[in-house]
Amino acid sequence: MTILLADPAPTRAESAEPPADPPQAPAPPQAPEHPDHPDHAPAGRSLLAGTASWDRVADKAAKATSTAAGAIILVALAAVGVFLLAQGWPALRAGPDELPAKAESFWTLAGPLAFGSLWAATLALLIATPIAVGAALFITLYAPRKIRGLLAAAIDLLAAIPSVVYGLWGLMVFAPLVAKFYKPLSEHLGWIPLFAGKPSATGRTILTAALVLAVMILPIIASVSREVFRQTPPLEIEASLALGATRWEMIRMAVFPHARSGIVSGAMLGLGRALGETMAIAMVLSPTPFLMTFRLLESQNPNTVAAFVAQNFPEAHGTGVNALIGLGLILFVITFAVNWAARRVVAPKPT
Amino acid sequence: MTATALKTHSLSAYYGDFLAVADVSMTIDQRSITALIGPSGCGKSTFLRTLNRMHEVIPHARVTGEITLAGENLYDPGVDPVLVRQRIGMVFQRPNPFPTMSIRDNVLAGVKLQRSRLPRSEADDVVEQSLRSANLWIEVRDRLGKPGAGLSGGQQQRLCIARAIAVQPDILLMDEPCSALDPISTLAIEELMLELKSTYTVVIVTHNMQQAARVSDKTGFFNLAAVREPGRLVEYADTTTMFSKPKKKETADYIAGRFG
Ligand SMILES: Nc1ncnc2c1ncn2[C@@H]1O[C@H](COP(=O)(O)OP(=O)(O)O)[C@@H](O)[C@H]1O
Ligand SMILES: [Mg+2]
Repeated sequence: MTILLADPAPTRAESAEPPADPPQAPAPPQAPEHPDHPDHAPAGRSLLAGTASWDRVADKAAKATSTAAGAIILVALAAVGVFLLAQGWPALRAGPDELPAKAESFWTLAGPLAFGSLWAATLALLIATPIAVGAALFITLYAPRKIRGLLAAAIDLLAAIPSVVYGLWGLMVFAPLVAKFYKPLSEHLGWIPLFAGKPSATGRTILTAALVLAVMILPIIASVSREVFRQTPPLEIEASLALGATRWEMIRMAVFPHARSGIVSGAMLGLGRALGETMAIAMVLSPTPFLMTFRLLESQNPNTVAAFVAQNFPEAHGTGVNALIGLGLILFVITFAVNWAARRVVAPKPT
Repeated sequence: MTATALKTHSLSAYYGDFLAVADVSMTIDQRSITALIGPSGCGKSTFLRTLNRMHEVIPHARVTGEITLAGENLYDPGVDPVLVRQRIGMVFQRPNPFPTMSIRDNVLAGVKLQRSRLPRSEADDVVEQSLRSANLWIEVRDRLGKPGAGLSGGQQQRLCIARAIAVQPDILLMDEPCSALDPISTLAIEELMLELKSTYTVVIVTHNMQQAARVSDKTGFFNLAAVREPGRLVEYADTTTMFSKPKKKETADYIAGRFG
């Protein structure tokens, strides 16, 4: 009840009056100028003339290094793009004999897979975001101080689990478990199109895959949200409480307005991870070729791009390989577009 | 004989184990301005924040003793601190309007907490009334939809005052409301305080003794014996008495500017 923020950031640090005994370290002894170059600025020279050429060098080096780093990233990105384009191109004109799964054309293959990727990732995001934001809120603003660190570490640990392990767990433990719930779910909520159809007995459905994905992307969304909640200006927290806001009202007045863009970026990072996730989906999901459906519980499910590529790569040859690379290009473009859209959403509005 | 707005009985405030303010008993008159002065770190802000239970939002901070408002102890276990803060408003040292809200929404922020359904015309009245009371109406009436963060420091502080009085509290606490402002804005706020005291009970912390002398009816002088010692209320009297013939030498020394 009396706890405001997770960290010892004093809520009144902005007091202009210094505390009676400021816990300030004694100022370090003035270091001589440019210790590396004792002969750099001989006594008697004008201060202006002595401006550090050493600093200039360091400045230039920093600029060069960061430019190079930026350039390397762009070059790598371009190289991957060129590779995907060049290698994927031949698949566009390929026929059923050459394409994986005997697809009519590249697009009949790519369309449903792109749909599957987006659908699974969107579901995962819809499931994970509220939970992650709620968990972050609880950790930052409600949980007793003693268990905050523990909870945060536990959530972060979810991110450290390899996706193969998620796949195994999803396949062997989670799918059979949720399958039990799918039957009553389809009986009672079958009138909702999402839950229509005959429920899968194995539980290896797109919903199960999305749930596993949700667990996987939860930590990233939670940790970004936690960070933005923690940075709420204490002045605004106090302003709302002093107006007679309850804690939840304080969260709505002071915490959320600052956190919105942070939560969106966290969610987009999560979405990126969900779109690219391969192993867990390949193991959990039981896909049907070329299927596009929004239904969640049936044993026939759309596949995702990443899982399809991984599953078909070992047997692919010739133009088939080009097709898989072309699919990689599709995923690349989708992820790029999503990130770009997210940036547009998050970008601060000019005021 | 003036009525009593608020009364503290041997009030002490702690931060964890550290006793910051010890044993304050004082009576705050209704519809008057009470100034709290004293050197930095003597616990003025801490004491002020115990008056509307804002002290306890700081982790490990706690209070002992009693504060009575109309005969009711604010620290009774059954009392909801949220309701206390609705009746005892607060203005902070640094202006803190909500940056994402418009001027209008800032004024209504507290009102909307208490009344979920507020007809537009009534809301308009509250906004105009509060901004007029805060002497800000004329300056902002053409841009009520603009963000409050676009105002000058002094205007922002008056916006915060408008926000605080929009909920019609009984008491208004101000913690050095002018210390971040220029002299002209300071003057505007001081004039405003003098107008507000016809309706509200005002308690103001100030490090500026001229300000205390200019605006307040009563003055309380806080001091502490040494660093890490608790702050105490040394002397409390009519402002004219305090500044002309204080009883304690400590007070006289402080007022004369010999320390602090
Ligand atoms: N959030 C806090 N946590 C711990 N100690 C605090 C906190 N705020 C103030 N103090 C201490 O309490 C004492 C009184 O502080 P304060 O009430 O701010 O004094 P004043 O407003 O008179 O300058 C000081 O010793 C200060 O260091
Ligand atoms: Mg203070």
